[in-house]
Amino acid sequence: MSEFLRSDVMIAFAVMTAVTVASRLGGYWLMGYVTVTPRVRRMLDALPGSIIVAAALPVAVNGGPVVMFAIAAAMAVTIIRRNDFIAVITGMAVAAIARALGLAG
Amino acid sequence: MTTHIPKAPAYWSREAIMPGIVAIGPMLPGTLAFAMAFGAQCAQKNFSLVEVEVMMATVYGGLSQFVAVQSWPDRLTPSSIATLALLTLTVNIRFFLMSATLRPWFGTLPAWQAYPAMLLVTDGGWLAAMRYREHGGANAWYYLGGALLLYVVWLFAAIPGFLLAEQLTDPKKYGVDLVMPAFYAAMLVPAWKGPRRAIPWVVSGAVALLVHWLVPGWWFIIAGALSGAITAGLLDEPEPHHGRAA
Repeated sequence: MSEFLRSDVMIAFAVMTAVTVASRLGGYWLMGYVTVTPRVRRMLDALPGSIIVAAALPVAVNGGPVVMFAIAAAMAVTIIRRNDFIAVITGMAVAAIARALGLAG
Repeated sequence: MTTHIPKAPAYWSREAIMPGIVAIGPMLPGTLAFAMAFGAQCAQKNFSLVEVEVMMATVYGGLSQFVAVQSWPDRLTPSSIATLALLTLTVNIRFFLMSATLRPWFGTLPAWQAYPAMLLVTDGGWLAAMRYREHGGANAWYYLGGALLLYVVWLFAAIPGFLLAEQLTDPKKYGVDLVMPAFYAAMLVPAWKGPRRAIPWVVSGAVALLVHWLVPGWWFIIAGALSGAITAGLLDEPEPHHGRAA
């Protein structure tokens, strides 16, 4: 038991789980007290795009040319084919091939 | 939103399980690869397989787990655990915003159904569900079916990764780091509703880049996302008669 489930590691996992669960439940709970006015509606509607951009853009810029090119390829495929699956595979493949060819990033 | 489709309250009907699963299909290879890479990294950091599975099942936030294990301290002390907790919070606080957007849909369901469903909020499952909702969907099984499948795949995919750790020392070689950004990019394209609706995205991106440069850690996600949402709130409705100052 002690070796497979170290107690200090379990405590760390429990704390990490607590903050994550609080995040997942907290937004839903808080919105129970918020009246969805047109303004709040607009804020909620803008969240998917805003979260996507905020999470992906710094990663793309930091990742260098290979990552940026791979993301651009994924977007191009989506515009042409509207297929998420092919887009993700394209992004991964472009990066893998570029790196196999020795490009850094 | 310019498309004001009246949206029905949530209901449960099993016919949406399959469409929900199909919608998160594009996420599966990426989730698989991401979870395997994570399992491999944990093996290299001397976690036991049982510990890895406990973490997969409880924390259930891929990016936060990756970031935490990368900076896992040699010795766990109250202060190093607090540092891990803060790191996890900054990466996962975006789930707060995601579950908030699900309230107008799930709010009519009893709490004992809605809250457990929120425990399964992930980037991919949420984005797919929001797209369904935007087209007027209301069946809660659409969200839950996809969310449950993602959870199960995540849980099991770490095992082969852990066992094959020696072969997976460099997940970047297979483009695994592109899974999330590429899926995000693919979801952004159908969300495009013209330049006006993209103003919040530009603000979000600019703030995220700035915070990323100025503040260490992962605060840039929540900072950018909140800035984008606030911008959208300050912009006036495109229709006339709503022209009041922000």
